[in-house]
Amino acid sequence: MGASFGRGGATTFQQDLQNSDCIVIQGSNMAECHPVGFQWVMEAKARGAKIIHVDPRFTRTSAVSDLHVPLRAGSDIAFLGGIVNYILENDKYFKEYVLAYTNAASVISEDFRDTDDLDGVFSGYDPETATYDPASWQYDGVVEPAAAGHRAKPSEADNADGAGGEPHSSQKERGSGHELGGRGATMSGGHDVPRDETLQHPRCVFQVLKRHYARYTPQMVAEVCGVPEELFLQVCKDVTDNSGRDRTTCWVYSVGWTHHTVGVQYIRGSAIIQLLLGNMGRPGGGILALRGHASIQGSTDIPTLFNLLPGYLPMPKAGVHDSFQDYLASITSPTQKGFWANADAYAVSLLKSYWGDAATAHNDWAFEYLPRLTGDHGTYQTVMDMLDDKVEGYFLLGQNPAVGSAHGKMQRMGMSHLKWLVVRDLNLIESATFWKDGPEIETGELTTGEIGTEVFFFPAAAHVEKDGTFTQTQRMLQWHHKAVEPPGHCRSELRFFFELGQKMRAALAGSSLERDRPLLDLTWDYPVDEHGDPSADAVLQEINGAHLSGDKAGRMLDSYTEMQADGSTSGGCWIYTGVYGGDVNHAKDRKPGRDQNWVAPDWGWAWPANRRILYNRASADPDGKPWSERKAYVWWDDEQQKWTGHDIPDFEVGKPPSYRPEPGTAGVEGLAGDDPFIMQSDGKGWLYAPTGLLDGPLPAHYEPSESPVRNPLYRQQANPTREVYKRKDNLQNPSPPEPNWEVFPFVFTTYRLTEHHTAGGMSRWVPYLAELQPEFFCEVSPELAEERNLQHLGWATIVTARTAIEARVLVTDRVVPLRVGGNVVHQVGLPYHWGVGSDALSTGDSANDLFGVTLDPNVHIQESKVASCDIQPGRRPTGPALLRLVEEYQSRAGTTVETGNQHRTPVARGAATGE
Amino acid sequence: MSNDLYGPVANVAEQAGWEAPPPRKGFFTDTSICIGCKACEVACKEWNQVPEDGLNWLGSSYDNTGALGASTWRHVAFIEQSKPLPGQEPGFEGAPTGPSATDALNRSVDEAQQGNLAMLGTDSGQVSLGMPATRLPGADSTSRTEFRWLMASDVCKHCTHAACLDVCPTGSLFRTEFGTVVVQEDICNGCGYCVPACPFGVIDRRIEEHGVKNAGIAQKCTLCYDRLQADMTPACAKACPTESIQFGDLDELRDRAQKRVEQLHANGVTNARLYLEDKTDGIGGAGAFFLLLDEPETYGFPPDPVVTTRDLPSMWRRAGLAAAALLAGAVASFLGGRA
Amino acid sequence: MAVDHSPRQRSFLGWPVLRQAGGGDALGRGAAVTSPRTRRLTPRTQTADRMVQSVCPFCAVGCGQRVYVKDDRVVQIEGDPDSPVSRGRLCPKGSASEQLVNAPKRQMKVLYRRPYGTEWETLDVDQATDMVAQRMLDTRARTWQDKDEDGRLLRRTLGIAALGGATLDNEENYLIKKLFTAMGAIQIENQARI
Repeated sequence: MGASFGRGGATTFQQDLQNSDCIVIQGSNMAECHPVGFQWVMEAKARGAKIIHVDPRFTRTSAVSDLHVPLRAGSDIAFLGGIVNYILENDKYFKEYVLAYTNAASVISEDFRDTDDLDGVFSGYDPETATYDPASWQYDGVVEPAAAGHRAKPSEADNADGAGGEPHSSQKERGSGHELGGRGATMSGGHDVPRDETLQHPRCVFQVLKRHYARYTPQMVAEVCGVPEELFLQVCKDVTDNSGRDRTTCWVYSVGWTHHTVGVQYIRGSAIIQLLLGNMGRPGGGILALRGHASIQGSTDIPTLFNLLPGYLPMPKAGVHDSFQDYLASITSPTQKGFWANADAYAVSLLKSYWGDAATAHNDWAFEYLPRLTGDHGTYQTVMDMLDDKVEGYFLLGQNPAVGSAHGKMQRMGMSHLKWLVVRDLNLIESATFWKDGPEIETGELTTGEIGTEVFFFPAAAHVEKDGTFTQTQRMLQWHHKAVEPPGHCRSELRFFFELGQKMRAALAGSSLERDRPLLDLTWDYPVDEHGDPSADAVLQEINGAHLSGDKAGRMLDSYTEMQADGSTSGGCWIYTGVYGGDVNHAKDRKPGRDQNWVAPDWGWAWPANRRILYNRASADPDGKPWSERKAYVWWDDEQQKWTGHDIPDFEVGKPPSYRPEPGTAGVEGLAGDDPFIMQSDGKGWLYAPTGLLDGPLPAHYEPSESPVRNPLYRQQANPTREVYKRKDNLQNPSPPEPNWEVFPFVFTTYRLTEHHTAGGMSRWVPYLAELQPEFFCEVSPELAEERNLQHLGWATIVTARTAIEARVLVTDRVVPLRVGGNVVHQVGLPYHWGVGSDALSTGDSANDLFGVTLDPNVHIQESKVASCDIQPGRRPTGPALLRLVEEYQSRAGTTVETGNQHRTPVARGAATGE
Repeated sequence: MSNDLYGPVANVAEQAGWEAPPPRKGFFTDTSICIGCKACEVACKEWNQVPEDGLNWLGSSYDNTGALGASTWRHVAFIEQSKPLPGQEPGFEGAPTGPSATDALNRSVDEAQQGNLAMLGTDSGQVSLGMPATRLPGADSTSRTEFRWLMASDVCKHCTHAACLDVCPTGSLFRTEFGTVVVQEDICNGCGYCVPACPFGVIDRRIEEHGVKNAGIAQKCTLCYDRLQADMTPACAKACPTESIQFGDLDELRDRAQKRVEQLHANGVTNARLYLEDKTDGIGGAGAFFLLLDEPETYGFPPDPVVTTRDLPSMWRRAGLAAAALLAGAVASFLGGRA
Repeated sequence: MAVDHSPRQRSFLGWPVLRQAGGGDALGRGAAVTSPRTRRLTPRTQTADRMVQSVCPFCAVGCGQRVYVKDDRVVQIEGDPDSPVSRGRLCPKGSASEQLVNAPKRQMKVLYRRPYGTEWETLDVDQATDMVAQRMLDTRARTWQDKDEDGRLLRRTLGIAALGGATLDNEENYLIKKLFTAMGAIQIENQARI
């Protein structure tokens, strides 16, 4: 999302779904995973909206939709690309919107070559490193700076020692799409990109797009996705009929899209459609990203992610950001448009919040206190480092990786190598007990008495036992008030870490070691109540930021626009600035919905600046008038000379539509009165991403890393830049054109059920939930059941190159085989809530154990929504016999560490063309 | 002689001795917008502190609750069928499908009932390594192309003529001022007469297990009698994310339901119909009625339920006549004997 | 709402049969047979000591919750009808929130497994926190990296990692990131990547 529009996070809010004329739910099972949010879909349906569910299975969402489109898991880009092609071929795009608000007219470099020219890769691909040099993707005449979001040249530090290397991955400094969660990519010269307003220039984005998607025909969609042409065209018609001046369509996605090796490009696919159809920034339109956890949006905004600091500021990288100036230059270019031009103020304010008076102009605001990255330090890399005994201690904070992460065995084996492990949770989750009852104990791979890991289990406080804010799926912060004190030893994370910090600082007091300065200089003095709980309110104030000097010293900042780069303001997360505006905690705002307009600005507080629909400048035409009365949202009031409407304008409120900057003007002033994407370096929505992504400027269909289907579109089988880990404990199933893929002939996909919560830590211990879905099961079609002799109510064993698991069999009409390129593809459905342990009310094999580790290059997210497998009737063997079964499969498939891990798919033997 | 136990009743609460009762309350469950989330089941249990009812995987679509019972006062049924649902396109046309799963399911269940667990794969410890067959499943003519997944949240119907209440010898079951039917757990002696009396099989005695609350006592939905007294919505209706379960004044709900049916009919969903809303039906209409998308049997509902005490008055009359006849006979024989 | 639907009680005894005989409930199926317990029934949301507004801890819809507390114990959690997002509704998980908080199997004590141990042991919470602080400092000292081979600043440890945060509060994540960053630990990750 950041790469297309400038900010991560849903562009709209759930209540706005009621204004949609068509809702496409794809990569999400909204009725099951977000039932209460789904009321707004039903509201829209009651008003006559068309509801379309595109999903491998017929789910509870499909059951109340108008149209269900079963497609092959992992083929969404082909489907979305087909819609793009339909829109362009049939002139269904919203011409004025596209011309004014997107980069369709921008002309790109003559060095760019598309996948059609290069057998499935874009120009700049280096097969040695499996990375792209994106220089050729740029706008014509723009030179790409050494920016975050792109790797620098591989440095020696990366592989010099165990400290910084990525021994199992490709050697490169990887930026991350997560850094784009809050902003568009850096680009210089955003103000003077050559444009062709006629959209005829062969190198303008519009024409590039047209050529790129020309081969994504309905026939091709049928061949790749298994969706019959007629059904596909029905979707195209519904979507385009319900977009334009007077109508809007919304796209809803969730982890069904992100859990892929091309996940970021899935989202880009829908972004392109929504921009072409003019649905962004408008009521009933947009892209609604549905997050799975109470505060998963919050945990990227104020991240517990290795590569980010709060507010999507990057963590500094050794060799790239050695000075504060280098760091700032990488975030923002002095010549680009938009609000990221003020990144220096955001960064300095953060450093002032962290280190207070110790952060001065003389020491570059203590920039040196920040630790440096040297590569991928993501969770999967970390687990492999555990196996190599590089990691001694591990904290699990409300997280159950033994069940919830891909490749459960690798997770558990990794933990068995730790010196110490701290688990903080409500219940005794499988990650806390793997040393006594994990599956590897049963197979003999681990022996309790030989595991040296010291384990601390700390019971956690529940949400009603502490104050604080969650940021829910529409970027809204809501305060939850403490109702009772936590029982027994239960404590909040806030208290635990506050005390841990106090204890460490006390132990280091008086230290003269330079490395201890950041800890000792840290601002760490929060007021504590009579029970020992630090004040969450005080922490939220620190996050919001304050004036440190001048008349307003001590007052909270009202907006991030007040932040300064001279040390006169603090602010722990600039995008949250304003939540405490006017010295009031707006996360506590609770004006009942029925007492305010449907946008409900006085309930909670949404970043940025309490705006509920992002880029809402685009809800008006270039002249500032609503596109239609029916879809009026934010508009220019000529009399008052300001933007007004139902929401807070996501635009400078006094900047008239006619405003045009002087050529060469950068920063906020550089944004024209018709540049609605105010975080983008050129103010436009990006149909084509000239920078910011590591795997291509346009989404192209690649097969999942493990797939029984040969990519019908390109020679290139899978994402050529995906992160692979060639390890004996991470073997991959072969995929065509490799031999023996038939050993794993079926596709499986994993998902959640309404009745459970992720890895089960908050549901398998709750009797009322456990009884509703008490056992792990697999969903198969009657056709597959007959083919494999699977008995309804019986057991099945599902096998991959990693392991074999067993599940009860649910034969259901809701799963249909698909015809893909003349072959029949069967899909197996596996809910992933269960794990092997002894404390939960409901236990079972874990579906995530089936996956290996292969990651999206942009965000390091694993492909855990689709892979290939075999399925057989009956229970799996137990003990060492289980290992023998898996070895037998590996042997039949001839798997080695190279299998499935080739980045560039070789030319078929006998083919005439070379690279 | 009028029959208090059958036929339309103007005001059930007044009939039960309540003076100026509030409007009769009830549920209208619109199954056409149910998403099967089971929030109603959980919200009911939370509020009423109904114990967990066993962790049994039933493999009956997504239903692992099974049926209403002493510890299940709301139950969401899931019905998967190879039949069309008007207004919906399941997208199965053109897929290489074979026959519906229903046959396979029935086969498995039959086998299981005959005790053949091997059929269920539960005894199989060995995994074969056979390669997949290559036959296309869609080759035969019995391809399934239609599909619908119906969901419906069931509950006590709070009948106008409630046989459970009519047969209760202790006065435990009673008609509230809201027209609902409620068990008083401090009065029920666990005799169980009410259990076979219910034409829907709703009410049941809680199985006596150690530590279980109200063991042996007849249990069912109270329409949250305690909440109603504070003008609160029953827990299930309050939680329902899509307002499939609607709570309110019964007369108003009936109007709303009628309009909803008309709207669905106008949209081509011609199968939509109301169930148990008719005051002239065998139970005098229910306090909890439903909008269904097919025949009641599809959802496991009796098509034409009749209060089991309908004939009680005439049975009493007949019994009375019989007794009188017997008496007369006895007197006659006595007199005859004397003569 | 103050509604009085109390059954008429002409009998000073309130004895059901008398009520049945005297009231309009000749068959004894309604007003006449209410027990004292029935007549006293009050929803526990009304007898609660206080209600506080909260947010559901499960998915990211962000449903409003009302938490009812009696004698410092949560007795009921239900949807907050004021919320413009959820309008008082909750899914099954949200509806089970009270049971989540008061779950019979919820762990309330610190547990400790020593290296190579076969069973849990108990520990005092402060002692356990002290031990963890010490482990962190020891590991950090052992695995500290000041500079890379080219003399560029690293200022970090790769010996300590963390995973979690998506069900935690923003304020908690803020402190976690701040503390770990200040001590030089960088492998701080959460569910957003999973």
